[in-house]
Amino acid sequence: MPKDTSIKKVLVIGSGPIIIGQAAEFDYSGTQACRALKAEGIEVVLVNSNPATIMTDPNIADRVYVEPMTPEVIKRIIRKEKPDSILPNLGGQTGLNMAMTLAREGFLEAEGVRLLGCKPETIDRAEDRQLFKDTMEKLGEPCIPSKVVENLDDALAFAKEIDYPVIVRPAFTMGGTGGGICEDEAQLREIGTNGLRLSPIHQVLIEKCIAGWKEIEYEVMRDGKGNVITVCNMENFDPVGVHTGDSIVVAPSQTLSDKEYQMLRSSALRIITELGIEGGCNCQFALKPDSFEYAVIEVNPRVSRSSALASKATGYPIAKVATKIAIGYSLDEITNDITGQTCACFEPALDYCVVKFPKWPFDKFVYAKKDLGTQMMATGEVMAIGQSFEEALMKAVRSIELGLDTMDLPHLAECSDEEIRQKLHVCDSDRSFVVFEAIKRGFSFEEIYAATKIDYWFLSKLAKLADTEKRLAAGEMSMGLYKLAKRQGFTDKAIKRISGCTELPARLRAGFKMVDTCAAEFAARTPYFYSSFDEENEAAQFIADHPTDKKKVLVFGSGPIRIGQGIEFDYCSVHCVWTLKKFGYEAVIANNNPETVSTDFDTGDRLYFDPLDPESVENILETEKPWACVVQFGGQTAIKLTKHLTELGVKLLGTPADAIDEAEDRERFDELLERCGIPRPKGHTVFTTEQALAAGSELGYPVLLRPSYVLGGQNMIIAYGPEDVTEYMAIIAEHTDMENPVLVDKYLMGTECEVDAICDGEDYLIPGMMEHVERAGIHSGDSISVYPPRTLSARIKQMLVEYTGRLARELKVVGLVNIQYVVYNNQVYVIEVNPRSSRTVPYISKVTGVPMVELAVRCMLGEKLKDMGWGTGIRPDAPYVAVKVPVFSFEKLHGVDTQLGPEMKSTGEVLGIARNFSDALLKGLVGAGYKFQKPRSGSCCLITVKNADKLEILDTAWQLKDMGYKLYATSGTAKTLNSNMIACNTVRRISDEHPNILDLLESGLVDYVISTSDHGRDPDLDSVKMRRKAVELSVPCLTAIDTAKVLVETLRSGATLDDVELIDISTL
Amino acid sequence: MKTFLVLANGTVLEGQQFGATGTRVGEVVFNTGMVGYEETLTDPSYYGQIITQSYPLVGNYGINGEDAESGRIWAFGYIVRELCDAPSNFRCKKTLDQYLKEQNIIGLAGIDTRSLVRLLRESGVMNGALTTEYATAEEALADEALMKAIREYNVTEAVANVTRTETTVLNEGGKYHVALFDFGCKNNIQRSLVKRDCKVSVVPATTTASQLKEMGLDGIMLSNGPGDPAENVEIIENLKEIAKMGLPIFGICLGHQLMALAQGAKTEKLKYGHRGVNQPVTDLAHGRTYITSQNHGYAVVGDSLDKSLGEVSHVNANDGTVEGIRYNNMDCFTVQFHPEACGGPKDTDYLFDEFVDMMKGGC
Repeated sequence: MPKDTSIKKVLVIGSGPIIIGQAAEFDYSGTQACRALKAEGIEVVLVNSNPATIMTDPNIADRVYVEPMTPEVIKRIIRKEKPDSILPNLGGQTGLNMAMTLAREGFLEAEGVRLLGCKPETIDRAEDRQLFKDTMEKLGEPCIPSKVVENLDDALAFAKEIDYPVIVRPAFTMGGTGGGICEDEAQLREIGTNGLRLSPIHQVLIEKCIAGWKEIEYEVMRDGKGNVITVCNMENFDPVGVHTGDSIVVAPSQTLSDKEYQMLRSSALRIITELGIEGGCNCQFALKPDSFEYAVIEVNPRVSRSSALASKATGYPIAKVATKIAIGYSLDEITNDITGQTCACFEPALDYCVVKFPKWPFDKFVYAKKDLGTQMMATGEVMAIGQSFEEALMKAVRSIELGLDTMDLPHLAECSDEEIRQKLHVCDSDRSFVVFEAIKRGFSFEEIYAATKIDYWFLSKLAKLADTEKRLAAGEMSMGLYKLAKRQGFTDKAIKRISGCTELPARLRAGFKMVDTCAAEFAARTPYFYSSFDEENEAAQFIADHPTDKKKVLVFGSGPIRIGQGIEFDYCSVHCVWTLKKFGYEAVIANNNPETVSTDFDTGDRLYFDPLDPESVENILETEKPWACVVQFGGQTAIKLTKHLTELGVKLLGTPADAIDEAEDRERFDELLERCGIPRPKGHTVFTTEQALAAGSELGYPVLLRPSYVLGGQNMIIAYGPEDVTEYMAIIAEHTDMENPVLVDKYLMGTECEVDAICDGEDYLIPGMMEHVERAGIHSGDSISVYPPRTLSARIKQMLVEYTGRLARELKVVGLVNIQYVVYNNQVYVIEVNPRSSRTVPYISKVTGVPMVELAVRCMLGEKLKDMGWGTGIRPDAPYVAVKVPVFSFEKLHGVDTQLGPEMKSTGEVLGIARNFSDALLKGLVGAGYKFQKPRSGSCCLITVKNADKLEILDTAWQLKDMGYKLYATSGTAKTLNSNMIACNTVRRISDEHPNILDLLESGLVDYVISTSDHGRDPDLDSVKMRRKAVELSVPCLTAIDTAKVLVETLRSGATLDDVELIDISTL
Repeated sequence: MKTFLVLANGTVLEGQQFGATGTRVGEVVFNTGMVGYEETLTDPSYYGQIITQSYPLVGNYGINGEDAESGRIWAFGYIVRELCDAPSNFRCKKTLDQYLKEQNIIGLAGIDTRSLVRLLRESGVMNGALTTEYATAEEALADEALMKAIREYNVTEAVANVTRTETTVLNEGGKYHVALFDFGCKNNIQRSLVKRDCKVSVVPATTTASQLKEMGLDGIMLSNGPGDPAENVEIIENLKEIAKMGLPIFGICLGHQLMALAQGAKTEKLKYGHRGVNQPVTDLAHGRTYITSQNHGYAVVGDSLDKSLGEVSHVNANDGTVEGIRYNNMDCFTVQFHPEACGGPKDTDYLFDEFVDMMKGGC
């Protein structure tokens, strides 16, 4: 079946902001889809509220709408653009739900828009719990005993029938939001109620818990002719019970014989055939470890996180092939791009082992509950490829940036055997490390298996690593042992540390093998490599076979997605690569994140999928021998390599390495500012708690504490008194290397501004400045940020430009620099200078139309800004206002205080673009999920603020009251409001008797909560508990006075999106 | 113990020994399947060959005996990257190492199997020897007798070595009586027929038409098997007669090649064959492409078949080689791939239904 030529213009719906459970993988799949469509000459209209994505680039789609993703907005875009088709299954659950809503309403049919790749009936049969069960029953595919219920009573009755434990799975939520395992009736009451509320159709599945079975996934594809293939199967290290997104995953499966493998494969193919999916589909199975009994757990009728992983694990571009199928091609008509000579209708054969390791935010949220269950908590992941499981696992651990290079988690060494024994029973993010520790201590496999149900195969592999560590530690050092350790993924540094040997028997260097989809059966032409300790080096052969006159540049990516280092850095890395290619250089990428565009097989000229640690990077350098390297775009992950690269004598493009040190080293930074004549908040550098306390009292509280060398404000806090300093120094000491000092600064609560500039060493170009809605003290990543600034005077703006210029020149920045300022009492202070790409680069690039990364790379290659045609100095403001609004994933992270502060907490962002601030803000807020509605009868708002905020909240409170909201406040706040003639009811605190503030929240009448407090974080505090309750009940909770102010103003204005113009940013 | 793979081109790879010791010469081939090693080892089609597994972790689920495709290992040697010494699976009865020892087959582990596969891909299948009897690579290469044996090795009389001498009858009460030629038959062909209520008489490779005529058959099945199809002159002659019996015939792999030769077509040796479980085969009549299990080093030359006698019904979607023939002059269809799977996908197992349907029609 050839291409359907009636398809000429397609709407692609993206996945919106990055949240836990829906991350960069959909930028990767969406970008592949858009490119595949464009390659076929089809016009692409894209909608995605997330500006940090590659897919929203004007060169990826023809028309780009960075607009809130609501059904109304999408309808307007469809009416305006008149696409003939819509591609719904590449934008995650968000895109799919959106398309289904429009289809069910009959809107698509009425507008003559075809749904490509799937039918609403198909989606319902996969996602509606009851229909899914019926479909599986019809096919004879076993499911887990379960029942769909729509109220708690039915849930309780069914649970009694099938017996506890049971699992609650809400319908139509992604990443398992709102689900969980219930051991008894009390838990079911809590989790069940929550799940029913979070499900958009108020439906949950109550399911028999089969925790302990093996969890196996298959990625399958089907075309319109009915051809079916499996791309990959995967086995979870953790058995059923842990969300696959939170599980270590291995590809291909390891403990299945052909019988089991084929049994599940056939089942997956029967399912995709019965559902009639044309494209990709993910089938999850539970397999009983001691029989052939299995059950279908879940089917995702779209590309997913697992399909992104499968694509990178095999080399097979699932999203691209799914897109081609959607526009009419059959699998046998599509070429396998990796080999260039075989067809896409085949099943990849792997000749290596792949391990995926989740990246959790618990190093950041120290108070969060680390327990793993059916609800995903990882923000990102890394993938590693090895010739053995041991090697792949070790590479993965080296890549997750927890400061580990083995499976040894330092604090476990101090635990007693009894403590380890107890920890084995706790299924949390440390468990794989606990299992390793238990093995090292000689716990029997039987005991570990009984507690964890982790397959003996995995245990025996961990035992091999433990054995090597033991032999090394015993001082045995031979060529044989060294070789074995290298093949198992130990770095030289780890081998030296464990063995205590300063000299190694040799210096083995890795060679590289190719990922080619076919286990070397055919010669592949796509250079995608991973390291291994073998004699052969296919990368070196490839380079020798493809001689070129081009200069070669190695670009380091940004590793796993985490809070503070998100998809923006992948955007920057990809643009760097594209620019290098465009200007005649050979661009080589090294990265370890399977979810990204940068690790797509055709982004760079060559791809190295390996850890980004010094040794691994050295191996790549030795094979590639690049002319230069780039670290500026890969976030802290790449920046961290600077020192090592400089020592190796590698040429770094752009800003000299010393500038990074100058910006981070407190003393040198102070000297720099002195030379530039720029003030900064007073501060000190300390190493101990005592020094920190002394600094605090000298500067006067509040003060800002943070470790040096951080990104995303990791472990950064505002201390309001000495007790805070003591608490936080303890936490910092636990989580960071105390060789690096802690910075203590006077905290100035002024207006925060941010400037990104491109510099060529002499001139600079500022595409635009940003002003934050929230005052300093809230991390820039969590602030609502406005371009262009809306309150700054011309004089202040001029000072910002001048300071930026001075700093850039003095630091000899060549490339990008990001500077954060605070304006306090009409004085501009510098908070920090980051001589690298920043989180705001994609958004400013898109709004101003200035290709920032491209210009930065050209500067790095020696061009001058004045010759590039974009001018120098500050660019005139664009005719649009852009408001970036952060998006959080608090509902997924239990025990995390939602109060914003200097430590970043958001996982993603959306952008609102309009002709004026209020419209742009409205778009941003709606895009971020805020709902604007008039108060219903009985609606109320709950206000509880710290003393410093009490007078400031008056105006906002009055406005709410004026709109018709009933106000409730805790005693102190209520007293202030009432004494200022704003009538308000007092509500009892959590620790007081019922009915109290929790009962009020549970009444369902609270529309908004405004809550600020001096203290936070500790989950035992009343204020934190109250905010958590609000999150669990999905009540918007504003934790900054400034946010509350703009939100209430927007609410009161009564404006709706219907009145706001939709903007195609490709025309900006 | 030092163990070497000595190749005809003088390459020597050193690894760790497992299974048996000694020296064994064979044709070195590679298989890209990621599971199914027990099926592979016991597949008689591998007679005369030393198998290299491209997936690096082998032996993970041990050996269970139930998945064997015949009573013994037929391959001449086995090469893996990493041998699993602690297999895990509920059916596991022994380790791969134990099994090879029992069966007196030499195993070689710890070599860079990917580079070996690449070598075989570039130079084509190559003869070689697995040996534990030399102290150094040089010593092995200097042994002229060994090198000569390697150079001159040819898989000969393969079918004669793997077939049976007596007829075995399975499922006595089955509805359709099928004579299954054992050219090196995999067990799952029998199972697939029995499952469809056939009485299966597994007959020796050299069974003649006149012998078959006395059996009261409903159909004839030609099995897979090892070696160069063209060397089976006697069988090919027999098949010419058998083709005239008017019975439905279904052939797999070697059976497919032998019938083509009997009908005047030619076969050729492929550079490195198809051995794996991911080969796409397009059914030309229906336009569908299926993922198939394959194990063959020879193929029927497409245009060598007289069009009036039969037509190519299936082709390999990767390289266009002949994967199936439907005959015009008799009720016969044959395929190059393995619809009986084991190991591999069962996507084409409907072909057995078609065969049974043909027998139904004939009744």
